[in-house]
Amino acid sequence: MEGVHKIYDLGEIQVHALRGLDVTIYPGEFVAIMGASGGGKSTFMNMVGMLDRPTRGLYQLDGVDVSSLDKVEMAHLRNRKLGFVFQGFNLLSRTTALENVELPALYARLPPEERIERAREALRIVGLADREHHYPSQLSGGQQQRVAIARALMNRPSILLADEPTGNLDSRTSVEIMGIFQRLNKERGITLVLVTHEPDIAQYAQRVITFRDGKIRRDEVVAHPAVAEEVIKNMPVVGADD
Amino acid sequence: MDFVSIVRVALRALTRNKLRSALTMLGMIIGVGAVIAMVGIGQGANEQMQAQIASMGSNLLIVQAGSPRAPGAVHVGWGATKTLVYADEAAILKQIPLATSAAAGNGSHQQVIYDANNWGTTITGTEPSFFPIRNWTFDVGAPFTQSDVTNANNVAVLGATVFMNLFPDGSNPVGRTIRIGKLPFTVVGTLQPKGQTGWGQDQDDVVFVPFTTVQKKISGQYWIQNISVTAANRDVTDSVTEQITALLRSRHRIPPGTPDDFQVHNLTDVAQVANASASVMTILLASIASVSLLVGGIGIMNIMLVSVTERTREIGIRMAVGATESDVRRQFVIEALVLAVIGGLMGIGFGLVTSWLISAVAKWAVDVSLVSIVGATFFSAAIGIFFGYYPAKKAASLDPIEALRFE
Repeated sequence: MEGVHKIYDLGEIQVHALRGLDVTIYPGEFVAIMGASGGGKSTFMNMVGMLDRPTRGLYQLDGVDVSSLDKVEMAHLRNRKLGFVFQGFNLLSRTTALENVELPALYARLPPEERIERAREALRIVGLADREHHYPSQLSGGQQQRVAIARALMNRPSILLADEPTGNLDSRTSVEIMGIFQRLNKERGITLVLVTHEPDIAQYAQRVITFRDGKIRRDEVVAHPAVAEEVIKNMPVVGADD
Repeated sequence: MDFVSIVRVALRALTRNKLRSALTMLGMIIGVGAVIAMVGIGQGANEQMQAQIASMGSNLLIVQAGSPRAPGAVHVGWGATKTLVYADEAAILKQIPLATSAAAGNGSHQQVIYDANNWGTTITGTEPSFFPIRNWTFDVGAPFTQSDVTNANNVAVLGATVFMNLFPDGSNPVGRTIRIGKLPFTVVGTLQPKGQTGWGQDQDDVVFVPFTTVQKKISGQYWIQNISVTAANRDVTDSVTEQITALLRSRHRIPPGTPDDFQVHNLTDVAQVANASASVMTILLASIASVSLLVGGIGIMNIMLVSVTERTREIGIRMAVGATESDVRRQFVIEALVLAVIGGLMGIGFGLVTSWLISAVAKWAVDVSLVSIVGATFFSAAIGIFFGYYPAKKAASLDPIEALRFE
């Protein structure tokens, strides 16, 4: 991203959410985005996720200038290259875990057999192979978030965007989710961009970018990222997460 | 998304709110049902009318003595003049080649008696050719003969109503002797029933005898009341009407400028007018019913708009995982389409049941054609697409960021 500005025109007032952002995220990185609310984190994520486009500036994804794409091209790119994980899970209710995971493949127009096969594999990666016919209401928060991660993995994206993925979860489950992210990052080389306001969650990333007032305040490499699997071993077991 | 998946998603969305979907469909059910039933009634009436007209005889012209506009201020009723005679019929047959057959007719009201049964009915005097001209078919026996006419014999053909009243046991009356007034007549045949005319007159309440017998033995009148003429084909009925008029005017020595003392009714024209009015009625009924179909469509639009608002978050999720605007639009259009088509198909069933009930209870002829069923199916699909498009467009134009934030 080079010199990205985002101005929301709300009629009488204009909100300058991003004020000239220059940042490069490399393939295979695990980046945490931090900052107070209103600092531009969410706007930045919407830009990266191609849900919104910059008012000014350049955003290139794998060498493609996203600002020049139309809505349909953006939707296709979103579908194939990006996976979203939200704070509120955003699963379709009254739809089974498997069908939720399948959703991106429907829009990628994959044939049904391959769709189901891939969805099962994605559920297996997040450790929910035995829950495929459960509805979101029958799953715990951590499990729902894992379904959401499986959904994000469905079309084998190169980038995973997680917006406060642990915001609604207890600390142990949060660490488990971070463990999944670290594994995906390490084993599959998926680029991870994680928005969080919890410093200890950010410690699982390799690089932390801090936003304030629409600008990057700090951009630093984490010397020794925490390893979720080790942290979990040292955590007291309060009861199985089920 | 492939079509099967979209329909599956649509069905799931619709079953999520079963009562709401059912009520929305009810609008379509009533609308389509009303259209099917109303068109059925209209077409049934049309066909009944055509059958009645056909039963009167094809390419039929009826020359009626008298005219509603006779000379002077006095309007002389039909059949009240003495100028139409049998010789006129002979002249028509001889001089107008396109008039292929004709039969004279006269009549009077008499009491008919057999055994202990008696029945007051119309005695119509005519000729053997009358029966084929007017499409009468015989139940038993045969028409009287030309020599019966020549000799003014006492022979009678009974209409179904008269037969039923004189011979309640249903025994074969051919060869039996009945009395008309004070005269004995031998029954030579009975006719198959034709039913009522369009204006409620029983066509079977009649006894046919030779017209000469009426002239000489019953009424004593030398003139006749009408002549039934068959034209060679449908296209010449108008020209035959003109030729008959010209011929009779000269035979009756009516000076130019004076009105006719007879009238020629062209039943083909009557049939066409009747058909046209029946078609107008069908269209009228169908358009009234279409209004309820329209209301059903608006119901669909209403519920789809509610559904789009409720499912804003779902739309946001779908867009975030890569649904394009057209994916979202298609999904909602197909949901409306499924709603409309299921409602429409149930409406066809409802319309068929209603039509059947109407024909069973009110004894109306109801004819539901395949065309109206196929038409209703396509029309309800069109309504689904038409009324589903706006809500779908609204859904597709949602901003994914806003939609995801929607609670």
